[in-house]
Amino acid sequence: MRVQAPVIVGAGPAGMRAAQVLVQAGLRPIVIDEAPKPGGQIYRQQPDGFTRGARQLYGFEHSKASALHEAARQMIASGQIDYRPNTLVWDADARQLYVTRDGKHDAIAYERLILATGATDRVLPFPGWTLPGVYTLGGAQIALKYQGCAIGKRVVLAGTGPLLYLVAYQYCKAGAQVSAVLDTSPFPTLRQGVQAFVADAPLMAKGVYYMAWLRARGVSMMHGVAGFEADGVGRVESVRWRKNAASAMQTLPCDALACGFGLRSENQLASLLGCDFVFDEQDCNWQPQVQPGGQSSRANVYLAGDGMRIGGADMAELTGRQCAYSVLQDLGIHCDKKQVAQLARRIARGRKTRQCIDRMFALPAHWLDTVDDTLMVCRCEEIRVGEIRQMLRDDPHSGLNRMKALSRVGMGRCQGRMCVTGASMLLAHEQGITLSGVERLRNQPPVKPIPIGGAACRP
Amino acid sequence: MSGLFTRLADQQRKPCHFFVNGTACTARTGDTIMTALLTLYGHLRLTEFTSSPRAGFCLMGACQDCLVLQENGERVRACSTLLQENMRFVIPEQNR
Amino acid sequence: MQTINTDVLIIGAGIIGASTAYFLSKQGLQVLLCDAGQSGTKASGVNFGGVRRQGRPLSQMPLAARSHQLWGQLSELIGIDGEYIRCGHIKVAFTEQDLDRLQAYNLSVASCGLDLQLLDTGQVHSRYPWLSTDIAGASLCPADGHANPRLVSPALSWAAQQAGTRLMEHCRIIDSRHDGRHFQSETADHQRIQSRFVVNAAGAWAGNIAAMFGDPVPLTEIYPQMGVTEPLPPIMNVVLGVQGGGTYARQVARGNIVFGGSRALSLTAGYARPSHQSVSMLLTRLAGLIPGIANAHVIRFWSGVEGATPDLNPYLGPSSKTPGLFHGFGYSGAGFQVGLASGEVLAQLIATGTSHIPIEDFRIDRFTADSGKL
Repeated sequence: MRVQAPVIVGAGPAGMRAAQVLVQAGLRPIVIDEAPKPGGQIYRQQPDGFTRGARQLYGFEHSKASALHEAARQMIASGQIDYRPNTLVWDADARQLYVTRDGKHDAIAYERLILATGATDRVLPFPGWTLPGVYTLGGAQIALKYQGCAIGKRVVLAGTGPLLYLVAYQYCKAGAQVSAVLDTSPFPTLRQGVQAFVADAPLMAKGVYYMAWLRARGVSMMHGVAGFEADGVGRVESVRWRKNAASAMQTLPCDALACGFGLRSENQLASLLGCDFVFDEQDCNWQPQVQPGGQSSRANVYLAGDGMRIGGADMAELTGRQCAYSVLQDLGIHCDKKQVAQLARRIARGRKTRQCIDRMFALPAHWLDTVDDTLMVCRCEEIRVGEIRQMLRDDPHSGLNRMKALSRVGMGRCQGRMCVTGASMLLAHEQGITLSGVERLRNQPPVKPIPIGGAACRP
Repeated sequence: MSGLFTRLADQQRKPCHFFVNGTACTARTGDTIMTALLTLYGHLRLTEFTSSPRAGFCLMGACQDCLVLQENGERVRACSTLLQENMRFVIPEQNR
Repeated sequence: MQTINTDVLIIGAGIIGASTAYFLSKQGLQVLLCDAGQSGTKASGVNFGGVRRQGRPLSQMPLAARSHQLWGQLSELIGIDGEYIRCGHIKVAFTEQDLDRLQAYNLSVASCGLDLQLLDTGQVHSRYPWLSTDIAGASLCPADGHANPRLVSPALSWAAQQAGTRLMEHCRIIDSRHDGRHFQSETADHQRIQSRFVVNAAGAWAGNIAAMFGDPVPLTEIYPQMGVTEPLPPIMNVVLGVQGGGTYARQVARGNIVFGGSRALSLTAGYARPSHQSVSMLLTRLAGLIPGIANAHVIRFWSGVEGATPDLNPYLGPSSKTPGLFHGFGYSGAGFQVGLASGEVLAQLIATGTSHIPIEDFRIDRFTADSGKL
């Protein structure tokens, strides 16, 4: 019985481990990668010509990164997977994926599909966030990892999440000057700390290590920061921040600011495929519904990694493998039941760990409570709070999608990636509802902008 | 105008030559267009609606903020495109 | 649950329903405007946005002419400018045959006040240098133009409400019948509505309503495929169409180019999504028409559902079976411009019993066996 090759979208930890399980079962999956080399964002490989080793690039995770890269390299070189780099999947229907490579459009048929599309930084708007010199935490990390550069000479890091401390550590270690770390989350309580250690001691130990290392080098770290802004003419020149709502703003001279509030799943393809979505309280975001084995609400679509639920690289490897086992089981191919069960247990433990982390670094729910009309919410279309409020005055019960249609928020090139959290939070605040009460922003193809020219129609 | 990005590591790579507003510049092979431009300049483009300077944001091809105009009229996403020899860019000046 | 009593129940709050509601309310009638979803979000809200008379059949000319006058008063009507611009509309021809067809069309509508101008290759190239040089000629209608349906259609509902209409959204009519004295209609959440008149403006879904009253009509679903680019420098100084259908495009003030043509896919009735083939075809044609934008990026595709009739003319006028019932649907993808006057016609029919605009060609029963048109 010929089984059509399963297709995997994404070549990060989730996608590659899924591929590995399928290959071990004798299948030859197609792996579609938007990037030129496997690794995703977390284990992004540097361009040719760079010479730094894995330790320098990935720190404590270097052996995991190397193992993943080696596994990928091996599968590609031996032809065990059909690897399609530099290929963007921008839409999908029940039978095929719509792709673009080098400006040419094409389609790839599938019968079983694993989506391992990862995540981006989750960002919130603040005054000055569009100034040159302001980047996301993930972006600052990529500048270092992928290009050996720092985003500036005196960098302030602000927001919340484990990435805040990791990037601060990586930057300092590489010789950049980190002026300060501004964390909107309060310092973890003893209880939170204990729970986290019980859940995953090695992971927490790393976090403690980064903080201690930074402290030893005199990097000031502020917790429970109530707000921050970027100031400057034509570029960021300083960051102003306040300790709490009542206190005065303090100024930090700098030439770069990296910001982020956790991660935001890339789940647009799941949406376009018609998967059911639920509001996930933990991720504080709409996410595709997923069964314990990784199946979505659509029979032949499986979800893994950060694109399904934020969980980090280790979880991505686990859920990637789990999805692949589910595909095999659904194909009637024998699976090692003990492995599958062990995987499920590890994933369950990972989820508990994740809960602890999310509680320690929660999205600041009141970020936009006292926001000014002049704050720009949508970077692409340059829409400010004032315009949105005007629209809501005419249509007070507007949902998020109508808000998009009438105010243009989310109608720009980034298709809502950078503004959805801010827009949702603003709407929730203006309407006096919780974030979970704001409807999901509908996705429209293409998932990313595609060039007009070069349409090649497959018969 | 001074740049934004600072070169820290792995910078001993072959030079790569390009042009900005007709002026000859040098960066390194393996640089993305973003790195090449932002080690020398302070922004990549001006926005359509308010002519505000932008220099990218996410560095992972999500925000679409780092689009740079080339002399041939084509725009390219600077963070995810490697610099090639003799590329010619147009960066409008900011009105400060 | 209490029954809602009203003069006129309008089923469907797209451009037809909303404009009917507006003109009826202006005349002092009590109007209840219902929509299964939100007002102006189906075809009326997602169509191409062309506001044109050129290209319509002769039968639609009086309706289009009156609509043109109303569009000229848009801000007074709906309170916003709806981004309406009379920049002109050109229909281009690639072949001599198509050019002949353009010329024949121009002759046929010569007395309709469109001021059409035929342009040869050289004139096309000098006025519109951004167009492909393969074009054999074009016909220009200087006062046609475009607007933003996403803003206009909801604003029309708003204007109707300002005039006294009651709008009920997320209110799907599941049954409607005449009991000898009134229309009795029921919604999906079991509300009852009693009215003297019913207007069926339910767009692609109007066939079901028509059937409830014994006016079954041929109505198919079509799914125009649309897209929009990122903001681009100003290129297009006119709305573009192609003789023989196919592709159309317009550039908005913010610079994005909205384009359409080809047909999307429908896997379930009433819902359409772009298909790979429809997108490929559309992009290839677009790049062929406007070579300079081949490197521009599309940031959004969408489709909508339109009701189409065999002769592409709408059903506009009274029911053939049930007095007091009026129809306004089946615009076959070309309802935006004529929508304003259509509402005025329906309001007139209800208020006075006659329409000053000829609508004989839009009869609801023109396809039945005895009309001989099938």
